[in-house]
Amino acid sequence: MTALPPEPKVKLGLVIDLDTCVGCHACVIACKGWNTQGTNAPLSDQDPYGDASGTFLNRIHSFQVTPERPGGAAGLPQTVHFPKSCLHCDDAPCVTVCPTGASFKRAEDGIVLVNENDCMGCGLCAWACPYGAREVDEAAGIMKKCTLCVDRIHDETRPEEERQPACVRTCPAGARHFGDVADPDSAVSRLVAERGGVDLMPEQGTRPVNKYLPPRVKDTLQGADIAGEEDVLAPFLAPVTEEPGGFLGWLDRALDRL
Amino acid sequence: MHPAPSVILFSTLSGAGFGLLFFLGIGAPDVIGWVAFVFYVIAYMLAVGGLFSAFFHLKNKRNAWKAYREWRTSWLSREMWAAVAALLVMALYAALQVFAGLRVAPVGWLGAALSLLTVFTTSMIYAQLRAVPRWNQPATPATYIVAALAGGALLAGQVTPALWLLALLAATVCFHWWSGDCRLAHSGTTAETATRLNGRVTLWERPHTGDNYLTREMVFRIARKHVVKLRVIALTLMSVLPIAVLLIGGPHHIPAALAVLSHLIGVGVQRWLFFAEAEHVVGLYYGAHQRRDA
Repeated sequence: MTALPPEPKVKLGLVIDLDTCVGCHACVIACKGWNTQGTNAPLSDQDPYGDASGTFLNRIHSFQVTPERPGGAAGLPQTVHFPKSCLHCDDAPCVTVCPTGASFKRAEDGIVLVNENDCMGCGLCAWACPYGAREVDEAAGIMKKCTLCVDRIHDETRPEEERQPACVRTCPAGARHFGDVADPDSAVSRLVAERGGVDLMPEQGTRPVNKYLPPRVKDTLQGADIAGEEDVLAPFLAPVTEEPGGFLGWLDRALDRL
Repeated sequence: MHPAPSVILFSTLSGAGFGLLFFLGIGAPDVIGWVAFVFYVIAYMLAVGGLFSAFFHLKNKRNAWKAYREWRTSWLSREMWAAVAALLVMALYAALQVFAGLRVAPVGWLGAALSLLTVFTTSMIYAQLRAVPRWNQPATPATYIVAALAGGALLAGQVTPALWLLALLAATVCFHWWSGDCRLAHSGTTAETATRLNGRVTLWERPHTGDNYLTREMVFRIARKHVVKLRVIALTLMSVLPIAVLLIGGPHHIPAALAVLSHLIGVGVQRWLFFAEAEHVVGLYYGAHQRRDA
């Protein structure tokens, strides 16, 4: 059933600390490793030693943020590493659009999953997700997404400390926290309350379970004023050609001549 | 969004096919026997051919039959039901018309309604997506339905309705472009709400050095500099030229065929733009659709 379940009592999810994340990509590799070597079909790469174009369920983007200081002056730009995986939304748009019932949200713990035996690879759920959490595996032809390591966290045969998603377990900076976001007394909920955890794209109405802890305000350094040209050599550094070649190049030129 | 040729072909052809089925269903033209047979062959080739082309878009085709399951929530599933129902009801109506010379009007009306419903469900697959603000507007279903009706009227040889519908199509499509251009801004989703970081946010580094499924499928940026020209081309081929040909050439086969061909190519260009111009908000995580001053 692709109808969403009633509000789950337990909402398992991640709380990601953007202040602590150092952008080492260890969680990306742990995720890929666990989901490739585990019980599911592997996360394929089409050209593993060439262009990194394969399927990942967790990716780290890096942003430059120029803080706006009181008084209007811009502060010095900062780098923020930004891990992003499925947010296991309460109002998951990816679930309701699925025509086959392969996508579903679990009533017992709120995890959003794909039943790989039912997926027809139409890709509509990936379109519906504003966060880019779902990727088609080009080898298997089915949709893949973060399972919150559902095959680890409920595995009674593992020692207690191992019953965490692979990304959380591996994070050397302690930037990833796993727990029940619906329980106000859980460690993750206290962290969210204390640090002012936020939802991504709240205006999209997805009500994500995963929360992000914003970076702490670090310093108040001001950028130096740069006057005039950025560099006298800049004009000589213009790209030699930006024109596409082949058929598209012809189409481009033909449209230009119109 | 990536303009996949299979999906553009599907929505262009099946739209016109279901439009023709609508006009045949309401008895315009009122035909029986072989003439009716030829009309239905054209309609079914377009509608089914379009659906078949969409089938090739699936990456795991052997599960396609399971798409009947989730009609309660999924527009794609509803589209499948509506398409099958429309094609079956119209097949019954057509068989009576072609082989028995009988026109059972209520069956035709039902088939006509189901044909339009199919086009509506197709359009809602796009219009429901909040993550693609340009599509997430009532003008999207309006564009699809008017395009199907205009193409259907052209194919059915209904000259006067075709003239009006082609003009209405031009207006609807222009409105969709005009309102679509500010949908992303109105959605309120920006790089800042995507990251919730405090300050001006620009992408510093992508997650990986290569492209991935998301960037290939949803962060499509090409020929935006040609948008105005392509819009003029689409409008000319889709509406202006067919109207001119119909007014000058009158209701004869060769001008009608030219008008249909021009119209279908024009709708194809319009559908290409419908995808190529659509900004998915996930692009904000990949440095796309940034404000000019950022």
